[in-house]
Amino acid sequence: MSSGASPPEQDTTASHREGRERPSRPAPARGRRSSRTTPIVISVASVVVVFGAVGYAITRAEQWPRIKRQFFNWDAMVASFPDVLRGFWINIQVWVIALVAIGLWALVLAIFRTFTGPWFAPLRVFAVVYIDLFRGMPALLLVLLLGFGVPALNLPGVPSSALFWGVVAVTLSYAAYAAEVYRAGIEAVHDGQRAAAKALGLTQLQALRYAILPQALRNVLPALLNLAVALQKDVALLSVLGIRDAVREAQIYTARTFNYSSLIVAAALFMLATVPLARFTDYLTKRDRQRRLQGTP
Amino acid sequence: MTDRIAIRALTKYYGDHLVLDGVSLAVAPHEVVALIGASGSGKSTLLRCINRLVDFDDGEILIDGVSTDDPQFGKTGLYRRIGIVFQAFNLFPHLNVVQNITLAPRRVHGLSRQACEDNARRLLDMFGMGECADDYPEQLSGGQQQRVAIIRSLATNPDVLLLDEVTGALDPELIGEVLRIIKDLKEKGMTMVIVTHEMGFARDVADRVCFLEGGRILEENTAHELFARPQHPRTQRFLQRITDAGRL
Ligand SMILES: Nc1ncnc2c1ncn2[C@@H]1O[C@H](COP(=O)(O)OP(=O)(O)O)[C@@H](O)[C@H]1O
Ligand SMILES: [Mg+2]
Repeated sequence: MSSGASPPEQDTTASHREGRERPSRPAPARGRRSSRTTPIVISVASVVVVFGAVGYAITRAEQWPRIKRQFFNWDAMVASFPDVLRGFWINIQVWVIALVAIGLWALVLAIFRTFTGPWFAPLRVFAVVYIDLFRGMPALLLVLLLGFGVPALNLPGVPSSALFWGVVAVTLSYAAYAAEVYRAGIEAVHDGQRAAAKALGLTQLQALRYAILPQALRNVLPALLNLAVALQKDVALLSVLGIRDAVREAQIYTARTFNYSSLIVAAALFMLATVPLARFTDYLTKRDRQRRLQGTP
Repeated sequence: MTDRIAIRALTKYYGDHLVLDGVSLAVAPHEVVALIGASGSGKSTLLRCINRLVDFDDGEILIDGVSTDDPQFGKTGLYRRIGIVFQAFNLFPHLNVVQNITLAPRRVHGLSRQACEDNARRLLDMFGMGECADDYPEQLSGGQQQRVAIIRSLATNPDVLLLDEVTGALDPELIGEVLRIIKDLKEKGMTMVIVTHEMGFARDVADRVCFLEGGRILEENTAHELFARPQHPRTQRFLQRITDAGRL
């Protein structure tokens, strides 16, 4: 569980690095076929050797049997799996709901922030203060504050479910980051596009809706997906409220049996869900970069 | 006859910087006026004041005798009556050619999609761009993009067209096709104000040429006269420099 819940920086460096380190084409004299496959063979071989050596060293260690019993106990994994999986289903549901809520709320904030004109000053100020406030606050703190605090107030007509307020807390926190991502995308759209939209008679909102946002969203999609990956892990923050998500279920099993294998099961489930999404994000980033390098006017 | 455009003592500051210094200019219906002058002399700003893309500080602009401040123009009336085309085309890259052209008629002026598309295709055919209707801007050459931008500005049937260095970003071999459209429009009677560095073109197509410097119109004459016998020493120097650069 991440405690600070700060989503990662928009990572575009990975693809940059990849581009630079691409092996230079070998001398043509060696024959086409072999020269093309050689780098792949070398990569695979070196990966197998390095990780094999590390794995060998670990499993040879004196403490390994104890570690294996405590963390990688197959029977404990199988026994805890149904409960952890059921909890993980809650994580997924919360994740999807929060994603939608964050996507919309952050968009509203970003639009407030980018509106020009004196009449919109209150909205701009609100957005700026909001973003400063919620980016500065640990998500865990917000989850505790809202998840325990609001239900305890017993306000009439206000939902008293910890789950509900937990989702609200995560949404409020992540929306501050997502709003900045949107804003960067909106501001990156060339000024000429705004001028053209205005000259055609579009209002500020129409210009955003039909001209600016479609371009901005396409540009920031990888960054937003990165946030989505981070959010999927931070949904586990809600376990502190007693919500029986994957982490909570795994903890319950651990407390009962003094075996940590159930947490490994939960970890594996999280990775199973996040890794494909992260790879997809990398792919999009790379594709965008290539498109930009091709120099479309 | 009422002037189509009447600019009176227009003054515009950017911060402390006086960009337009009491510019007055009248453009008759169907007249083509070219604005020439060095970079930074205020040509683009003057153009953008006419359709209120930027606000000005003093003076007034009348369209057919009605101030552009007049409520009768409403929020969008001015933009329907006056089209503008920019140096960088500024087509919307996520929309295809027809969608670019129909955006304003549909969303701003509330016309039906079918009517707008028919009109767009008719305009495209008229200017020999029919095959590009479903292409996206990045699939087109610069010259084609600029022609689409011009057609887009015509979609609301404006009475006035403002052109801001529309060939400034084009490779030399693509300039001709864009200039041809503008000549076409002149023959159809469009009132135009054209900012250009193509002096040959200005001489060909403009009825009148204004030389701007430091936010003022220093000299104004028929195209033929101004190029043949520039009066103001600064105009002479500017034209001399252009001639030396081989652009006249
Ligand atoms: N948005 C702006 N903000 C501040 N100054 C500007 C802006 N646009 C233009 N200017 C200034 O106004 C002057 C005239 O610019 P412009 O009208 O673009 O000249 P031209 O089109 O003749 O090259 C220049 O000095 C330019 O720096
Ligand atoms: Mg200019």
